[in-house]
Amino acid sequence: MSDLNPGAVITEPGSTKKYKTGDWRTFKPNWDSSKCTQCMICWQFCPDMAIPQKDGKRQDTNFDYCKGCGICSQVCPVKCIKMEKEEK
Amino acid sequence: MIYVESEHSAMAAAIGASVTGVRTFTATCSQGLMLMSEVCFIAAGMRLPIVMAVANRAISAPINIWNDQSDSLAQRDSGWIQLYAESAQEAHDTIIQAYKIAEKVFLPVMVCVDGFTLSHVWENADLLDQKDVDNFLPKFKPMFTLDPEKPVTMGPIAFPNTYMEFKQQQEEAMKTALKEIVKTSKEFKSKFKRNYGNGLVETYNLKGAKTAYVCMGSVCTTVRGAVDDLNREGKKVGLIKIKSFRPFPKEDLVSVCKNLKNVIVLDKAVSPGNEGVICTELKAALQNQKTNIKGVIVGLGGRDVTKYSILKAFKNRDKKGVDWL
Repeated sequence: MSDLNPGAVITEPGSTKKYKTGDWRTFKPNWDSSKCTQCMICWQFCPDMAIPQKDGKRQDTNFDYCKGCGICSQVCPVKCIKMEKEEK
Repeated sequence: MIYVESEHSAMAAAIGASVTGVRTFTATCSQGLMLMSEVCFIAAGMRLPIVMAVANRAISAPINIWNDQSDSLAQRDSGWIQLYAESAQEAHDTIIQAYKIAEKVFLPVMVCVDGFTLSHVWENADLLDQKDVDNFLPKFKPMFTLDPEKPVTMGPIAFPNTYMEFKQQQEEAMKTALKEIVKTSKEFKSKFKRNYGNGLVETYNLKGAKTAYVCMGSVCTTVRGAVDDLNREGKKVGLIKIKSFRPFPKEDLVSVCKNLKNVIVLDKAVSPGNEGVICTELKAALQNQKTNIKGVIVGLGGRDVTKYSILKAFKNRDKKGVDWL
């Protein structure tokens, strides 16, 4: 108990990175890169940072943090992201 | 000073101000406190020493703007220290002490004053000089502050493996507050020559008393008058004024009630389905004593609490059940 700061203050910056929320997922986004037009709407809408981009190109979903909310699939104008039940 | 659109936002803004490391004050009452409630629990959980004046008023429905103590007593479990004042002078002195207590134990403090009875009257009060207050109240040293140079996370999630520990820390701080309130009251007395009991509990004509009234806030003044009348008739009656409702001064109350046959609790708030709020608390504190505890509900929604009703409560002290006077 003594090592916990009163009021639950965390003095180490960026500590949420350690908490991988990907295991909350029930549905998994399956991204078809061949149909993707690189419009980046999914990147904008992802409420976490689970859709990385590099040099203007969408990268593979970061499944450490993707909670499977399905927003990317909903907003994709070419329907290249399909939500599939994840078997664990 | 920050203007906001609601009490919910007011407490959120107070939290925002407090985390930057400044002394923070706000005031509310009644429905405002109800709306603020959610954020009050957060201020306490974040251990922010905010001080708030609550001008105690009734809760709707029916709509009623007048005094009782239902609003702050509904915040019993919010984690705030609650101090009740009997007079304008005591309210002023308590606010200054509240900062000292809050900043020692890192808990927010409500200073409760009866609406109208204290909030809307003319009453002479001795206002302390700024210089003397600055002397009494050291510079605020926050535990943590929001500072881009030294980033911290405030108000994060706590999982089942730590949440309980944080709640336990709050409880420990409340226990420390019992001592700090007494200490602060002593310091205040030595500097400004004024005190209200030991800061937790104050008594009046209790020596040799067999019966005592127990109450909080401005009604205590009327009770003092009734006690004087009864004493003149040879009745051994005194007053126990609870100044600190949270933390609840169990040990002090056990000690002052030790030789009493009867206690009459005057409650300005009722917990529907049970009884008066202070009555329940006092029964728990005195569970191992033989004192007969009589609950009386008074003054809801601004009903005048007259000397007559207080004397009537004395007559009915041995009757079973809760009286509504």
